[in-house]
Amino acid sequence: MKHLYKALTIAAVLGLAACTNGDRFGAGGAGGAGAGANGGYGANGGVTGGIIPGSANDPKSPAYFNQTIGDRVLFAVDQSSLSAEAQATLDQQAQWLMTNSDYLAVIEGHADEQGTREYNIALGARRANATMEYLVSKGVAPNRLRFISYGKERPVEVCSQASCYAKNRRAVTVISMGAGV
Amino acid sequence: MKKLLSRAAAVALAMLAPLVLAPATAQAQDGPLRIEITEGTIEPMAFAAPDFVAETPGAQQMAQQIGRVIAEDLTGTGLFREIPRESHISRVSSFESPVQFADWRAINALVLLTGAVSEEGGRVNVKFRVWDVFAGTELGDGMQFAATSDGWRRLAHKVADQVYSRLTGETGYFDSRVVFVSESGPKDQRAKRLAIMDYDGANVQYLTDSRSIVLAPRFSPNGDRVLYTSYETGEPQIHILNVGSVQSRILSAGGSAMSFAPRFSPSGNQVVYSVNQGSNTDIHTMDLGSGATRQLTQTPAIETAPSYSPDGSQIVFESDRSGSQQLYVMPSGGGEATRISFGQGRYGTPVWSPRGDMIAFTKQHQGRFHIGVMRTDGSNERLLTASPLDEGPTWAPNGRVIMFSRETLGASGTSSLYSVDVAGRTLKRVRTPDGASDPAWGPLQ
Repeated sequence: MKHLYKALTIAAVLGLAACTNGDRFGAGGAGGAGAGANGGYGANGGVTGGIIPGSANDPKSPAYFNQTIGDRVLFAVDQSSLSAEAQATLDQQAQWLMTNSDYLAVIEGHADEQGTREYNIALGARRANATMEYLVSKGVAPNRLRFISYGKERPVEVCSQASCYAKNRRAVTVISMGAGV
Repeated sequence: MKKLLSRAAAVALAMLAPLVLAPATAQAQDGPLRIEITEGTIEPMAFAAPDFVAETPGAQQMAQQIGRVIAEDLTGTGLFREIPRESHISRVSSFESPVQFADWRAINALVLLTGAVSEEGGRVNVKFRVWDVFAGTELGDGMQFAATSDGWRRLAHKVADQVYSRLTGETGYFDSRVVFVSESGPKDQRAKRLAIMDYDGANVQYLTDSRSIVLAPRFSPNGDRVLYTSYETGEPQIHILNVGSVQSRILSAGGSAMSFAPRFSPSGNQVVYSVNQGSNTDIHTMDLGSGATRQLTQTPAIETAPSYSPDGSQIVFESDRSGSQQLYVMPSGGGEATRISFGQGRYGTPVWSPRGDMIAFTKQHQGRFHIGVMRTDGSNERLLTASPLDEGPTWAPNGRVIMFSRETLGASGTSSLYSVDVAGRTLKRVRTPDGASDPAWGPLQ
């Protein structure tokens, strides 16, 4: 928890941001999006390290999953293999999902714009599938997971430079509370 | 003498009696007047198109509009050049009056187009004649077309198709429509909906709303239906839409698996498309009558963007089974596939020419995108365009022009439709009201 203070400072900002996760669109996923915001961020002048429920440093919160662990992993150009960094993130995601067994997850695969549209749907599926298979290999029940590909239809970064493309080549684990996938 | 041929409901055509039966006297060439559109470089053929004569009161504006669309169709090909009205010596005040060939020769018009328009009771009639100015003869027979007044653009396109056909020996493509994805909003929140337009961007009609992402529509062979991919259910699934009723339904392609990239067979009875399972994407077919499906490819690679040969015997598609996207041809029932692309870079979105002789594709190489064509065995590759992001070629019904999407880069980047002819000439933007992508050209109507 060495990032505690930093996390607390930015929790007020991120707590709201978590409600409008850029990757929340389409069907499903509605259950988890709002769970992080339960007020109270403003009156924290005297905070001394207590955990604010639902904030990014509450290990049970979606905000913790989305921000502290990180809800996404990135891929190299035209690749779907998981880097060591991506695996480290997914190890924590798997741990969180096993601890918080009320949550389901949809893994959304994406590609950058440097590819043809239909190929990119298949490529996004490969990335999402690789992510899902990794989570399953770490113990997450397969029936809590499914994946979908958006190809290049939903970039998070709109610039056309390598740095933006890198952020768009992603698989995002979108968690939601609920039963039945 | 007028022989009426009934075409689409609103449009009819008729032959006119030839006006000039006299043999050519000033033959300027040996064969008939003809522009060869396969030649490498072309000097556009000069034509004159004086305003069509208004034969009923109030038809003047309609006559002018029709004449303008015909001229735009012809000059838009890059094969023809219009001689400005200001240069005309002769004035055509009656459709039946003799042509003053000397006046048209004097301004170096090779072709003269004369016509007349009448409008009565909500219907427009247009008749026209094409003249070989230097031979002093009529090219083909005079014809006339009729339609309801709101179908006047189709009349103009039909006339232009006739002129194009007589001067090139090829079928025209102006009286055709394009289905595409209309786009609005920024790149990270782009709203998409299906739309249909005339080939030149006029008469846009929307077929879906923008609630769901829609991708890559394709016309049925006779233009009555459209296949496309929609995220309406939350996942990409193939849909079929009836153009007349604008009703659509999902083509269930195996439970919740993602399905996409649907295209019709030349018969219109089969659909070929991709299904994703895990990391694998394969090509399947579905019989639209029975719903029976069949898996055509079996590799663990990404296989998508299929396209039938016009005779229905083969399918060209892209696969990354070699490690990168390349083009392959297989029998339409499945079986061994032959790789046809061997150049540097990645090849995708192959589309078989309606003439059967070529395959158009998207190529990515060294950070650039190209639209290109190759013979069906992969030989004679030619790149027609280059830009940071060109993709998704579609053929005009006569196989002479290709339309595609071009996206500009950066935060404010937008997608537009462009066309280019098979020789790589006459690259131009197609006007659409909003951003546009994924064009698919329909049949000649």
